[in-house]
Amino acid sequence: MGRSRLDSSDLIVAVIGKIARSLSGETVKIMDFCGTHEHTIVYSGIRSLMPENVELVAGPGCPVCVTPAHYIDTVVDLALDGIRVYTYGDTYLLPGSAPPLSKKPRTLADAKAEGADVVIVYSLLEAIKHHRRHGGESVFLAVGFETTAPSTASAVVNGMVPEGMTILNVHRLTPPIMRYTFNKHRNAPIRGVIAPGHVSTILGAKAWEFVPREYGIPTVVAGFEPNDVLTAIAYILAMLKAGRPGLVNQYKRAVTWEGNKKAQELINECCEIADASWRGLGIVPESGLVFRDKYSSIDAVYQYGLEQLRRMEWKYDLPPGCRCAEVTLGLAKPTDCPLFMKTCKPGSPYGPCMVSSEGACSVWARFGGGGLVEEIVRDLGLE
Amino acid sequence: MCLGIPGRVVKVRSDGIAIVEFSDGVSIETDANTIEGVRPGDYVIVHAGIIIARLSDEQLETWARDISEFISGLEEKGEEILDMLRSLEEEDVAGKSGKD
Repeated sequence: MGRSRLDSSDLIVAVIGKIARSLSGETVKIMDFCGTHEHTIVYSGIRSLMPENVELVAGPGCPVCVTPAHYIDTVVDLALDGIRVYTYGDTYLLPGSAPPLSKKPRTLADAKAEGADVVIVYSLLEAIKHHRRHGGESVFLAVGFETTAPSTASAVVNGMVPEGMTILNVHRLTPPIMRYTFNKHRNAPIRGVIAPGHVSTILGAKAWEFVPREYGIPTVVAGFEPNDVLTAIAYILAMLKAGRPGLVNQYKRAVTWEGNKKAQELINECCEIADASWRGLGIVPESGLVFRDKYSSIDAVYQYGLEQLRRMEWKYDLPPGCRCAEVTLGLAKPTDCPLFMKTCKPGSPYGPCMVSSEGACSVWARFGGGGLVEEIVRDLGLE
Repeated sequence: MCLGIPGRVVKVRSDGIAIVEFSDGVSIETDANTIEGVRPGDYVIVHAGIIIARLSDEQLETWARDISEFISGLEEKGEEILDMLRSLEEEDVAGKSGKD
């Protein structure tokens, strides 16, 4: 009683099927730009619920996957030089550029195994507390998209970073990589975008206005429950059907049009936008954050004379055979990679997309990838 | 990595650090300097030790309404699609009454 019959994933899936069948032409390729959305899609078997002409593709939604090997090498070297390194758990196993089985430590975990002081933290706040207790010299490896950048910015701007601690700023921005990705799909264009929900809490839904306006692609800011994602897909198909690409904020319970202005101000106060390197992809214009000069005292790049990668210096930074660059851009599925679940597994990742729990390869490895129903059918020999 | 966990603010200290309690009873210190005007009792989303968004009471009640907005939103985007939805509902009703 009182529960709408439409409050049901069954009905939303039926709506998706009905609209999809009425669409003519090529397959509708819808891209998600957040590892948590890909997690929801795979974990809930949403891909297997899609009509034949709707393809869900994972885009660059995992900041750990795109953190360049150069910066992992840098913190590994600092750790081996006796400087304590604080890292999010996601980047602990992220490989640098050293080849597998080489003598040089490939990850922060390897460095720790050699006696380096590497501490996994949930937050910069936790690292600050730990540093205050233990003193000495430390570096915090700050990765993440706009969702995470305010944590760095707040600590820096509000003077919370203690003496002896610096930050290696590897934050990356999502709208520029979205543009970059669209350009890589020119032959088979992306026709719908599920925009990242928690990035949007900071940037506001307005950040994605350019997608329908400039590219004609229907876009929905979505939450992370299965019904959120299903509703987003239905919205996208409805907009395609109506021939009116627009921007819909489906995640209104957390995302406003303007976003979190205070967090935006903190980021702007702390950092400026710069061209930045992305693992396997190269330099993407205006896609990263660097500290403003006035914060050079906490900038690890300045304090240790580290190199920021520039266009001429960038080298391809994926291990041989790894297809993470294509997986990141949605040009290949994790299962297209010959190393997937062979050389490269969640317990022993070879490429970066198998490291973070939100990397597409890791998600597919743990929860069954493309289509759960199809896999069960295959396993039972019912094909 | 952008995982956000909903929780309830228990206390906000003068230094802008807020204690947030999650549904499993775990409480953590979070940086509330990243958002305007957080108060005890607020429901918020926490990511990597900061509060990224506040969920208003009204917003928390929107799950069912979101779905009806989904329908009315479609109305703005195409009468044709709304007709499709209506016919689907009718089919659904007809199917259910048949079974009953």
